[in-house]
Amino acid sequence: MNQIDQKEVGMKVLVAVKRVIDYNVKVRVKADHSDVDLSNVKMALNPFCEIAVEEAVRLKEKGVATEIVVVSIGPKVCQEQLRTALALGADRAILVETEQEVQPLAAAKLLKAVVDEEKPNLVILGKQSIDGDNNQTGQMLAALTGYSQGTFASEVLIEEGKAKITREIDGGLQTLELNLPVIITTDLRLNEPRYASLPNIMKAKKKPLVSKSPKDFDVDISSRYELLSVIPPAKRQGGIKVASIEELVDKLRNNDKVIS
Amino acid sequence: MSILVYCEHDNSSLKGATLNTVAAAQAIGGDIVLLVVGHNCGAVAEEAAKIAGVSKVLLADNVAYAHQLAENVALLVTELGKQYAYILAAATTTGKNFMPRVAALLDVQQISDISAVEAPDTFKRPIYAGNAIATVKSLDKIKVITVRSTGFDPVAAEGGSASVETLDQVHETGLSSFVSEELAESDRPELTAARVVISGGRGMQNGENFKILDKVADKLGAAIGASRAAVDAGFVPNDMQVGQTGKIVAPELYIAVGISGAIQHLAGMKDSKVIVAINKDEEAPIFQIADYGLVADLFEAVPKLESLL
Repeated sequence: MNQIDQKEVGMKVLVAVKRVIDYNVKVRVKADHSDVDLSNVKMALNPFCEIAVEEAVRLKEKGVATEIVVVSIGPKVCQEQLRTALALGADRAILVETEQEVQPLAAAKLLKAVVDEEKPNLVILGKQSIDGDNNQTGQMLAALTGYSQGTFASEVLIEEGKAKITREIDGGLQTLELNLPVIITTDLRLNEPRYASLPNIMKAKKKPLVSKSPKDFDVDISSRYELLSVIPPAKRQGGIKVASIEELVDKLRNNDKVIS
Repeated sequence: MSILVYCEHDNSSLKGATLNTVAAAQAIGGDIVLLVVGHNCGAVAEEAAKIAGVSKVLLADNVAYAHQLAENVALLVTELGKQYAYILAAATTTGKNFMPRVAALLDVQQISDISAVEAPDTFKRPIYAGNAIATVKSLDKIKVITVRSTGFDPVAAEGGSASVETLDQVHETGLSSFVSEELAESDRPELTAARVVISGGRGMQNGENFKILDKVADKLGAAIGASRAAVDAGFVPNDMQVGQTGKIVAPELYIAVGISGAIQHLAGMKDSKVIVAINKDEEAPIFQIADYGLVADLFEAVPKLESLL
């Protein structure tokens, strides 16, 4: 397929992004163990979502994609992350605005509604968000739309109306050929995201951003699990310093009996 | 109450993670049925039938399942799963791939990566890369769960004598097809199943130097891992990575060589029984969690370690 053909096809890419705690911030649990403490904590675009945006932008630069729509779900402040995605190269943004907690199944249902409206050829998401670590939303969206899925992608090729996705699996790499439309989730090594330039940050402020509500899509986002408590992980006690390899081997052999 | 456990395998042998997943099923309590999905995988079903505490093994053997493509497997598991109270799979890249698809098709909110069972509907799971542990109570009727292997001691691989029932349902969506696979060939145990793991970090300086770890690994029957820094520096391939974004391991003995101990790495190995750290920087954070720390030049210490084993 040459580039003109692809432009006629008008490949649209939808990228879903999430606002999460900045990955450099040390996570603290609230004193009452009700949740992680996010007050006055720096928030950012989830790193895997950043990779998803970058991949979409690269596809557009290659002439494969013609339009990039970025979508997020959450409170009004998620506009910040959508503006970041717009500054990185997305064309327009949708915020499904809600103050309620949105669990992965509910997120997938909302995204399904957005997919029904936007009819993208390609949806790219991060493989997981670094807060809940659920690793579900992309696969669930694929199930609800009935689309193929290429999870944990480390390489994405779109050719001849198919997606060729290389996936990071336990023990190595796997390459699949997937029908379009396809849902892709990104792994860390798919690309290295760029930084937004100042002119692009300024330009992003003028790009369209529309707000919707879960009610617009008639989607039930009620919780399916209750968070009962959040505690810090058990602290591992530091041990001792040994003076020599001989001492180390002696301890492992005679104290801990983990070597023979 | 019955529990369907999806078996982790490569069509020729059952993977150890299955035993940990069965252990999680036992912790929940109920009649445990195993499901083997693949192609020419009869031997796996025979192996599964021997696992202690299993009442039945279901075998879906068809070319459509040869590579356990998510689209096909999810339809099968969804169809079967409606008759169960629980569907469990190991939180491996296989389980993580198809299970959320099953959950969505059943209109269930999956509980990912559980590390403990508190009650039949209540589970512990690490969040924020293991920097916090959440306790969650599922409100769904069918519970779709992936299991973190390191949270559960494996059940015995032998001792059972379950019957094997062959299924004839075939789900082929035609949405996806397998092209190729590049798997690291190794005679060593798998990282996540090994009794001993020896890992190298940026301090190894290059890929060639990992050979000194090979010799120790040979003597200990250990798997070899690496920190993300070593992977990012191109010393070794990504599938050797231990950490938050790599493999989660909890061997009896973990030897960290030339690894500073970034949070990212600790998240992948801090549940090991005995941790040894060898690093020339005595301020390295790895020493704060190591049972035995040795401040030394690894290029002298590791060959010496090998000679004493």
